[in-house]
Amino acid sequence: MTKTGLTLGPVLFNWSPDRLRDFYARIADEAEVDRVHLGEVVCGKRQPFTDGIWPELIERLQAAGKEVVLSTLALPYNPRERASVLDFCKAGELAEINDLTALPTVAGKPFLVGPFVNVYNEGAARFLAGRGATGICLPVELPIASVSVIAAALPEVEFELFAFGRLPLALSGRCYHARLHGLHKDGCQFVCDRDPDGLPVDTLDGQQFLAINGIQTLSNGVEAFCPTPVELAELGVRRLRLSPHTVDMVAVSRLYRALLDGRAGRAETLAAVKLLGLPGDLVDGFTRGQPGSARVEMA
Amino acid sequence: MSLELVCPAGTPSALRAAVEAGAHSVYCGFRDETNARNFPGLNFSPDELVEGVRFAHAHGAKVLVAINTFAKAGAMDAWKAALANAEKAGADAVILADLAVLDHAATHHPNLRLHLSVQAAAATPEAIAFYADTFGVKRVVMPRVLSVEEIAKLNAAINVETEAFVFGGLCPMTEGRCSLSSYATGKSPNLTGVCSPPEHVAYTEDRNGTATRLNGFTIDRFGAGEQAGYPTLCKGRFVAGGKTSYLFEDPVSLNAASLIAALAKAGITALKIEGRQRGKGYVTEVVRTFRAAVEAIDAGGTEVEVGRLLAGLVEGGRQTSGAYKKTWR
Repeated sequence: MTKTGLTLGPVLFNWSPDRLRDFYARIADEAEVDRVHLGEVVCGKRQPFTDGIWPELIERLQAAGKEVVLSTLALPYNPRERASVLDFCKAGELAEINDLTALPTVAGKPFLVGPFVNVYNEGAARFLAGRGATGICLPVELPIASVSVIAAALPEVEFELFAFGRLPLALSGRCYHARLHGLHKDGCQFVCDRDPDGLPVDTLDGQQFLAINGIQTLSNGVEAFCPTPVELAELGVRRLRLSPHTVDMVAVSRLYRALLDGRAGRAETLAAVKLLGLPGDLVDGFTRGQPGSARVEMA
Repeated sequence: MSLELVCPAGTPSALRAAVEAGAHSVYCGFRDETNARNFPGLNFSPDELVEGVRFAHAHGAKVLVAINTFAKAGAMDAWKAALANAEKAGADAVILADLAVLDHAATHHPNLRLHLSVQAAAATPEAIAFYADTFGVKRVVMPRVLSVEEIAKLNAAINVETEAFVFGGLCPMTEGRCSLSSYATGKSPNLTGVCSPPEHVAYTEDRNGTATRLNGFTIDRFGAGEQAGYPTLCKGRFVAGGKTSYLFEDPVSLNAASLIAALAKAGITALKIEGRQRGKGYVTEVVRTFRAAVEAIDAGGTEVEVGRLLAGLVEGGRQTSGAYKKTWR
């Protein structure tokens, strides 16, 4: 059995260049992930702050033996954002497309498909594989029964599931951080940088529900999909994705690596993940055919 | 070229009402998970579609069939059947979103005209060119994230028709990219063609009034005597950063009537009215009013005249022009 891959997904939040440099330096040296995604995927307005730091981070991570992937913006629409998507795809690294804007540019060479692209069936997966997709991180809401059907139909494609972090649930033309602060998106003052894990959204009855991150809405609950190696093999899934948060991601990567290598059990892993000081309760409903908000059963 | 008015037909009687009220085109779906308004009591059987197309064509109107959900893995037969039944009924176009469904339609139904659903969220010239070049898509429904100025620029950069929503329900989230409903309930537009599904809705009375809930999550609260609205997830009141607000969107609907002339100038081919869940009385009134407005604009009418025509529709519920004005963002 080939070793299950472990990916560190792109940082979804508005972290400063200094924070990103420190974060990735430690990831390069210590994290037990074999692949790291770089790039701003949520908001084009944040790109000018981070565009300049990617080259040095690519070098740093590659020198540490990590495979680097450039993830493209999930909702590009203005000319600068569109140009950035195409530049990322031409940069020479493996690209992950999060919108079909990039497809004509990457078609014909190997590329990855991110969880923001709607792959709900084997037909869509086959179509993308036919254009060069070698790996597909499936949409977070996709029922587990569909995952195994799709993976079985395309054994040549490496399928990946979102396994750790607040779930990316929706994108909008509107910035909710700006709206909450009485601002418009065009004059947002980048207030989303105050919430490096997203800002919790509770119901009027105090239930923890969602989180906002600029134009993005995430779950408040933290996905913690902790399958056994046998379960993953049965699903046909060959890679899991960890989504960066301010918790100790090196520790998260070690826990998942041990789980995937069969060195730790599910209950033990979940208990350890829970102790890390996460921003929300552990959920895994989507991977059990339940509402995504269904909590992890620890037993 | 005059603007085409594309009107909702949730039922055969709404189809007839829309056509008689002056719709240039109507759009409808089959009674299953292949369309994004898969609600009880709505939609068409294959036989009803045959009859609907016959009626529309006899009155000079077109029928567009929405097959705009994402096919279920390992179970694409329903989507294949929907395409075949739409073609057999003589539909003028099908409205699609899923790569697999588009691929199947382009390969097996080369004579069917393909429109790209708003659920596909194609907002750039590159994405639209991909759908046009690969599948022969002839028209794209504009994602509701673009301003009028951006639509004008987009139209200048593409060579397919575009259609824009002007009236009715409004998603603040990018359609086709939203899993909020499935996070709360397990069902969503992309998975099952429903959002905030009625079987998960509860109205609970307590001493503070009425709470509206979606699978246990409180979406809003109403005082005694206030009418409790339907708990559509993104139109609820929530608490964030210590503030209670309609964080995502107020309980408003879209009304871009005042922007019809601007949208025409921006190169839009067709105006779309949302509301396949609406009854025929509503459809008749809205369609008749918009048809009069479109004709007034064609005849060089002023914004004042058009405004007067639409004034009746503006009363009642609160409305917004949505993303078409940049300040909405």
